[in-house]
Amino acid sequence: MSDETTSKRHTSLVTKLVLVTFGMFGFGFALVPLYDVICDITGLNGVVDLQAADYERGEVDPDRKITVEFVATVNDNRPWDFKPEVRRMEVTPGELYTVTFETTNTQDEDTVSQIVPSVAPGRAARDFRKTECFCFTEQPFEAGENRDMSVTFFIDPRLDDRTNTVTLSYTLFDLGAGDDPDFDPEDAQLHAGSR
Amino acid sequence: MSSTTHEAHHGHDDHHHAPYGITRWLFTTNHKDLGVLYMTFGLLMFFIGGAMAMVIRAELFQPGYNLVDPYFFNQMTTMHALVMIFGAVMPALTGLANWLVPVQIGAPDMALPRVNNWAFWLLPAGFVLLLATLFMPGGGPAAGWTMYPPLVLQLGDAFPFLIFAVHILGISSIMGSINIVATILNMRAPGMTLMKMPLFVWTWLITGFLMIAVMPVLAGAVTMLLTDQYFGTSFFDAAGGGDPVMFQHIFWFFGHPEVYILILPAFGIVSAILPTFSRKPLFGYSSMVYATAAIAFLSFIVWAHHMFTVGLPLAGQLFFMFATMLVAVPTGVKIFNWMATMWRGSMSFETPMLFAIAFVILFTVGGLSGVMLALAPVDLQYHDTYFVVAHFHYVLVTGTVFAIMAGVYYWLPKWTGHMYDERLGKWHFWVSTISVNVLFFPQHFLGLAGMPRRIPDYALQFAEFNMISSIGGFVFGFSQLLFVWIIIKCVRGGEKASDQVWDGAQGLEWTLPSPAPYHSFETPPVVR
Ligand code: HEM
Ligand SMILES: [Cu+2]
Repeated sequence: MSDETTSKRHTSLVTKLVLVTFGMFGFGFALVPLYDVICDITGLNGVVDLQAADYERGEVDPDRKITVEFVATVNDNRPWDFKPEVRRMEVTPGELYTVTFETTNTQDEDTVSQIVPSVAPGRAARDFRKTECFCFTEQPFEAGENRDMSVTFFIDPRLDDRTNTVTLSYTLFDLGAGDDPDFDPEDAQLHAGSR
Repeated sequence: MSSTTHEAHHGHDDHHHAPYGITRWLFTTNHKDLGVLYMTFGLLMFFIGGAMAMVIRAELFQPGYNLVDPYFFNQMTTMHALVMIFGAVMPALTGLANWLVPVQIGAPDMALPRVNNWAFWLLPAGFVLLLATLFMPGGGPAAGWTMYPPLVLQLGDAFPFLIFAVHILGISSIMGSINIVATILNMRAPGMTLMKMPLFVWTWLITGFLMIAVMPVLAGAVTMLLTDQYFGTSFFDAAGGGDPVMFQHIFWFFGHPEVYILILPAFGIVSAILPTFSRKPLFGYSSMVYATAAIAFLSFIVWAHHMFTVGLPLAGQLFFMFATMLVAVPTGVKIFNWMATMWRGSMSFETPMLFAIAFVILFTVGGLSGVMLALAPVDLQYHDTYFVVAHFHYVLVTGTVFAIMAGVYYWLPKWTGHMYDERLGKWHFWVSTISVNVLFFPQHFLGLAGMPRRIPDYALQFAEFNMISSIGGFVFGFSQLLFVWIIIKCVRGGEKASDQVWDGAQGLEWTLPSPAPYHSFETPPVVR
């Protein structure tokens, strides 16, 4: 085996291996949309649509009752008060309900919050439909401001009959005032909306 | 410079000498020099990581916050893991590959000698970055070696250093593994068909492919952390629509194959040693090769067994549970083959053999606790407890590290031309083996009883077992100084080693003189 053919073989093999390396680097990033798609198809992860659902009053099964629980958490123990007016309620699938969350920015600075919803059990996420929600957009708050924010939702009657209790959990993220001037809510929505 | 040194010595006389001085080591492209550098670096890191382990065990000697600041304790657990995995074990295995793969396949050197030099010298650079963080305001990384967001994003100054260190170490190991794969596929001596290759070469070929496949994924994951922190992306930030759990998926897609990167070459070492001292050929050579390939394949579809507690759907838990248990099948094939190799052999118990036998037994202990952890319903209880710590130390310390030590004793006479001190070697073996079990076995009980990992304090009922474990830890740690002394002694002198060294040893490396000449197999040997 002459030196020349060996070095040719090295070049072609090494080129392939380097391409695989870059390919796998790309694959790591490809896992991101893949993850979203899988969550979307399977409704896993309790990820909910961040787009308003259309509501049309159709058939309602008055005998079926679902317990809906509300959880409100402030991420990172930031200085906020954030709590639902009711902890739980009984709902009939197909009917529209509104719940308010009393929210106070207790710091003496203006700031912006983004509130991220999640539904448990995950399989119910698809059927928990919101026609209006404070979570669809960022919510600016002045220093010390207190206001009630509301979410209007219905449970799709196709919700599987194993599920009797659904928990809607909100996490409030303080995005800070001047923290992130480049922050583009559109982007965040786009990413989240793809689910 | 490197090429001139190399060329100048490219004569046909086997007995010319290596160049001298510091530049020899800086610019060397010789696979044996680089093997020595890699292994020495690994040994140094083994002691740095070991010192951190001593801090951890000293803090846990008694309940309460005794010795170090809790935040510093977290830095120690994080850095200990990073140093041991990326600094000690991976370089030591790469060093063994550098030294042994060319001589085992009858090649004159590695395929890409200069890449080899670069790959090595990136390592000290990466570790300077990583270790320097310990002296920065705010200290080193303290969020665990798994670097989960959002915690890891709160590190402060250490964060970018951690990310770039991981990048550098990743590039180094990718270069190293491309080199090894190219050497194995392109440089085998005539007649050395794939199915004639020693198992160490086979396991490294497969490990090389694993590294090329998953190190870039780790690089991607940490890059996403970096852009989340500094460039406003929201891969893992729920406020921006991302998901921190996704990091865990990407990380473990790398992380699980990584643990096989750490163990497969160890399988290869043990598969070389057991036949030699049993004076029988390896039982089931081809099934060993297929089992290795099967393990490597399965390692890509089991990652979420590290995530049973994040709220996976039932179907996911079932899939990952059964896939993980499937790994135990080819692993079992290997263990039975090793036992069958020893069965009715005329065995002798020199130090390498002792370490190899201990490997077979104690690695199996770790494999069994692995199968327990693979059961999703019980892992809910075991996850993040000392049971997991016991599991991975059995597979990594009494597994990989023991195999590396076995390999060092086995090939040391070939490297230095002298026999090591057998009496001290046996001492080293027995003290290490007893103390390592005193160190890690009680951790099973601690974990089953609920002691969490990575926490500097614990409830009073855990006190006895922790004290026992710490004592084992100190003895194990200090007994490794004996290992260093034995190596130094053997390099300096000792009984002259024969070329064959071990009468039962098979393979091309034993046809070379001891010590092996600086350049070997410049004319390829003929393999029948
Ligand atoms: C029969 C083979 C094995 C099985 C079934 C197995 C299973 C598991 C499982 C289920 C876990 C996750 C436990 C938890 O976090 O709750 C785990 C953790 C771990 N395993 Fe294994 N394992 C096996 C072999 C190995 C080998 C060969 C190595 C490395 C040489 C290894 C290294 C580790 C490490 C380092 C962790 C902990 C990672 C961390 O959380 O920091 N395992 N193993
Ligand atoms: Cu794993």
